[in-house]
Order: sequence, then C-alpha cells, then structure tokens
Amino acid sequence: MSTPQPPTQQAAPGSPYPTYTSPIPVVRTTLLHALASEWTKIKSVRSTMWTLGVFVLLVLGIGLLTGAVVASSDSDLAGESALSLGFFGLLLGSICVITLGVLTTASEYGTGMIRTTMTACPSRGRVLAAKGIVFFLVAFVVTLVSATLVGLFHVSTLEGNGAGDPTGEEWLKGTVGVSLYIALLGLLSLAAGSVIRHSAGAITLMIGVLLAPLVIALFMFSESLKDVQQALFEYSIPNQMSIFYANSLSDSGPSGWDPLWIVLGVTAVAFAAAFALLEKRDV
Amino acid sequence: MIEAVGLTKRYGDKTAVYNLSFQVRPGAVTGFLGPNGSGKSTTMRMILGLDNPTAGHVTIGGHPYRKLPNAARHVGALLDAKAVHGGRAARNHLLSLAQLSGIPARRVDEVLGVVGLQDVARRRSKGFSLGMGQRLGIAAALLGDPQVLLFDEPVNGLDPEGIHWVRNLMKALAAEGRTVFVSSHLMSEMALTADHLIVIGRGQLMADMSVTEFISANSADFARVRTPDTEPQLREKLTSALTEAGGHVLPEQDGALRVTGLPLPRISDVAHASDVRLWELSPHQASLEEAYMRMTQGAVDYRSTADQKAGLQQPLPPGAQPPMPVPGQGQPGWYAPPPPQQGGQPFAAPQGAPGQAPAGPYGAPQAPGAVPGGQPANPYAAQQAQQAPQAPQMPQPPASAPPAAAPAPPSAAPAPASAPVTDPTKPEDAR
Repeated sequence: MSTPQPPTQQAAPGSPYPTYTSPIPVVRTTLLHALASEWTKIKSVRSTMWTLGVFVLLVLGIGLLTGAVVASSDSDLAGESALSLGFFGLLLGSICVITLGVLTTASEYGTGMIRTTMTACPSRGRVLAAKGIVFFLVAFVVTLVSATLVGLFHVSTLEGNGAGDPTGEEWLKGTVGVSLYIALLGLLSLAAGSVIRHSAGAITLMIGVLLAPLVIALFMFSESLKDVQQALFEYSIPNQMSIFYANSLSDSGPSGWDPLWIVLGVTAVAFAAAFALLEKRDV
Repeated sequence: MIEAVGLTKRYGDKTAVYNLSFQVRPGAVTGFLGPNGSGKSTTMRMILGLDNPTAGHVTIGGHPYRKLPNAARHVGALLDAKAVHGGRAARNHLLSLAQLSGIPARRVDEVLGVVGLQDVARRRSKGFSLGMGQRLGIAAALLGDPQVLLFDEPVNGLDPEGIHWVRNLMKALAAEGRTVFVSSHLMSEMALTADHLIVIGRGQLMADMSVTEFISANSADFARVRTPDTEPQLREKLTSALTEAGGHVLPEQDGALRVTGLPLPRISDVAHASDVRLWELSPHQASLEEAYMRMTQGAVDYRSTADQKAGLQQPLPPGAQPPMPVPGQGQPGWYAPPPPQQGGQPFAAPQGAPGQAPAGPYGAPQAPGAVPGGQPANPYAAQQAQQAPQAPQMPQPPASAPPAAAPAPPSAAPAPASAPVTDPTKPEDAR
C-alpha cells in the first residue's frame, strides 16, 4: 500500500531528496512562444472561421451588390471616389471583428481554459500581448484584403458613372487606413473581453459603443442639446469610419487620419487597464 | 518541493483557507484530503499562482510560481477536467500549451499516447466524457515532463481501469523522484496511492503525517465480545473482570462489548477464568476511511439530511409500518466510531473560528472540550465529545429515536458502532 517513510518532515531546501530531471531540454520562453501558441489557438476554433467568414461575406457581398446596383443605374457620383461604396459592408462587418476580438479573450474565461493557460504561462501580460498581436494581424490582413478587393471592383465598374479616379492617398485611407481602424476596434474589444471576462456582456458593450452614440444623437431634438448631438454624430464610430472615405456626415469634427489616432488612444488606455487588472485579479 | 507558510485566503468575509503551513517533498505521493469546500482547490490555485493569497506565501523549489522561469517545465497541473476550450480538438489544445512552453510538438503525440487519447486526438473536446476530459487534463499536466505535479481530484469520472492507471501513474511519477501532490476527498483512494497525507478541514490543517503514521495513530483495533443474551448478569461479570485485567470495555447498542487494550487470547482466558461463556469473540479494525471521517466530521460543510417529504405523503393505512430508512441517510445521530485509546488524541478538529490562535501540534486549536451537539443517547457521548466534536449546528437526536432503533444488522456492520451505519468506504458525497 505504501512504503514506510522516514519520519523527518523538516527538510531544508537542498536536502538529500531525490530530484527528477527531464531529458527534454528546457528552453527560455519568450513572447514568440506565446505568439505561436495563440496562433494555434485562434486558428483551431470554429468561431474564428465563422466570424471572419461572415465578415468577408458581408464586406464582399454588400460591396459587390452596391457596386452592381450603382453601375446599372444612371446615378452620377459627381466625381466622388468610388471607394466610398465599400463603407456599408465594412460598417456591418465590423460587428464580426468586434465579436471575434471579444471571444479571443473572454471565451477562455467562459470555458475555464484561462486557468490552464495561466498555469502554463504565469507571465499573464505576455499571454494578453500575444493574443492582441495575433488577433490584430489576423483582423488587419482579412480586412485589408476584403477592402482592397471591393475597392478594385468598385473603381473598375463605376468609371462610367462619373466616379473620380482615386488618388494614392484615397487608396491608402480607403484600404490600409480603414483596415487599421477596424482591427484596432477589434483590439479594443479584445481588451474589453479581458476586463469583463464574459463573452455576451463584452460583445453587447462593444456593439453599444459602435451604434449607441449615433442612435442617441438621432433622437436628440432639443435645441439645448444641439452641441451634444453634434459631438455624438461626429465622434460616433460609423462617422469616424466614413472619414476614411472623406464623406463625413458633418463638416466639422475629426478629419483626415484623426479617427485612427482616436481609436489608437482609446485602445491603449483599455489595454493598460486590462494589463493592470490581469496582474492584480485572481484568475 | 512545495512549501506553504501561513497560507490564508479570504473571499469577502468567507475564509477559504486559514494559516496553512505544510511541505510536500519529492519522491513520494502526497495526498491532500478534506471534505467538499474545505479549501483544497483554493490551496492548489494559490500554489499555481492563479489566486493571490491574502496572507502567507507558497513556493515551489524556493520560488513563487509566477517567478518560475519556465513554469510549465517545472510544474504540471490538472486543476479540473473542464478547463479546456470545448471547441478545440484535443491535439490542438495540447499543441498550444506545448508551444507556449517551448516543448517540441512530438511530445504532444507522446502524451496523447500515454493517456490513451490518440484515437480521439482530432476530435473536439466538447464531446468528451468526464473520464476523457480527465485524461486530457492529465496529458496537459504531463506535457512538460515536470518535476512537480499537482492533481486535483484526478480519478473523478474515470472507469475502474482508469483509476487503476492513475494510481500506478502517480506512484511511478513519485518513484522517479518527482513531487506528486494529489487532492481527493476519497480516503480509500488515498490509502492505496499516497505515502504521505495532508488533511485539511474548513481551510485549516488537521493532519500532516505519513500514511503509516496515520494508520497507527488512528487504527482502532478492538475486539467484539458477545455474551449470551439470555443471561445479562454474565455481561456485567465479564465487564468487571476485563476492566480488572486492564482492558477498556465499552458496551455497544446491541448488547455486545467492545474491548480494547487486551489481546484476544487474554480476553478468552479472562472469560474462562470468570466462568463466562462467549457467543462471539472477534477482532476488528477501523479502516482509514473511518479514521478520516472521524477526524473531519466536525469540519464537514455540506451534510445531507433525511428527505422528509413533510406534508406530501399520503397517510399510511392503519396498521401499516412505515418503511425502514436506509442506514446513513441523514440521521442526525450518526457518528464515526471513536478511536479506542482514551487520551490518545492525535487531532483536534478546528472549531471553524479563524480568529482562534492555532495552538495544537498541527496548527489546529487544541482541546475543543465539550460541544453542545453531543449525543445524549450515545453510550460513548463523553468520549465522543472529546475525540471528535460534532459541528454545533447538528441537531440533537430525538430521545425517542436513539440510534439503536435503526435497522443496522449488528454483526454485518463494518463500523464498530451499531448506530445507523454509513458504509465507510462510500465517498462522503454519497451520504
């Protein structure tokens, strides 16, 4: 049943106890190991394929549809860039990116996987950083490819409708710029998922952040709230996204690359909070 | 080597673990025992750096867990079988953990073979049974080929073959010189696996000793002696003769006597000399399970009660007998048998008051003294109150229903007491 044990229990470290040494070499782990792990994780769950699949479907589907409708009609774009037609698809698609961002962190809490992860790698900040980097790259690449494809389609089909030929800067903003913006929005959701630790809660919050300002502003009829309504319009995420296509809902407020700096700042603050809470809280 | 010093964890105003100090040394399987909710898992989480202790600290090989350079190569842990993303295939789950610690990918297939999951490696773990989940968790613990292993309830949900395998695995791991720390609420399981025991109740240390020490301190060897029922005066006669010869005699509910301190032949001689016939003279040994239950019964947080179905039952037809209750179903008068050595009191159950200064030899408050929950109908009540204080909230058994009224077959009962008998080999959950 059991082997008799010597009664001594008071053994100082470095005592003559047997030790086991693994034949597998122990390597010093770095962020690269965490990145490889997170890459395996993100590509091995179906929710990634689903959310990104729906995203691509929405961006390409809506993009092609609007392009085809406008091309077959007699409407004249009056020199406006054809790229701006990609906006509607990306606006709806950003909901998918938000969902994936939240799921990347919050689903580990929902399933209990986080305890396994944090036991395997007690450097909690490294895990969150790896998650953020892997997710950001995936979201950015997928958005960039989709936005570029839709942009090329629109530019090639709408030449006859009076659409202006997009300049280099317009191309940059309408593809790389808006992709960075959407990927950062997803990164913000990832941080929210890490702070809230609950998938449904964090997704609801982020969709609220996406749509609520615009909806609230729509119903602000009072004259005294005119300034608030204006600010809500200008800084609502849909309007910030439309600035990348230079067809802002208003003429004042953020312009040029401003939306990117805004979302970058907000995401940085959210990540700082997520890191601090992650180190402090019990898993 | 795991070393905990004054470990305390509070969640709000609930103290889960209080002032726990112990060492887990390499080369042995150390069992970590306690009733449900006694703080075993909390302690394990603090060892693994998942929860920060409110006070005290715990180190592995001299370092706090979160300061270990490559923790997964040093410590492997199975916390619970459900701590995986169900949508991920078993192999990918292990692969992600291997990559996180810089373990070569072929090691993943190796451990999948070790736990016998190679055939379902590419299936999503959502569809796994509890036993398969446990195997996956054990695979994750073994992945880093670590020097220290922690297992929280590893045999939960495993089939007999799996239980046997886990048992041998633990022993083999310890024999290789690793530190193996296994929590369980099954004493019978630990008796077969562990070399050393750490017992906690209500978050406090109750025992820290080797299994052999535990048995010798708690084994309740006694002889059951039965004199002819037809002649009660013989029993009195034998009792006084045995006491004179230096034995301790305790009457049992059904008229038998429990004798300690005298070997069986001596009892026979004494009976012969005093001209008393014997109907029974049998040796008995209390199991480790009984010793464990006796030790922890004051610290059990979740105790079942009888299902009364008050007001829901049809009135019985006149003359009908109410059905006999199944022994052990929440009868408040149940108690584990006391150890026979009077004054031999290796453990004092904690009183559940964390503010109390730990004065006992194992950090538990000393000398609990009489407790209001003692059983007046219990022939061992005086001793009982001393040896294993009942939880104060336990109701007193109604005087009209002494434990003798329960239908325990006196000779078939494995427990020496003839009070309503709980099968001591059952897990406490089953009570």
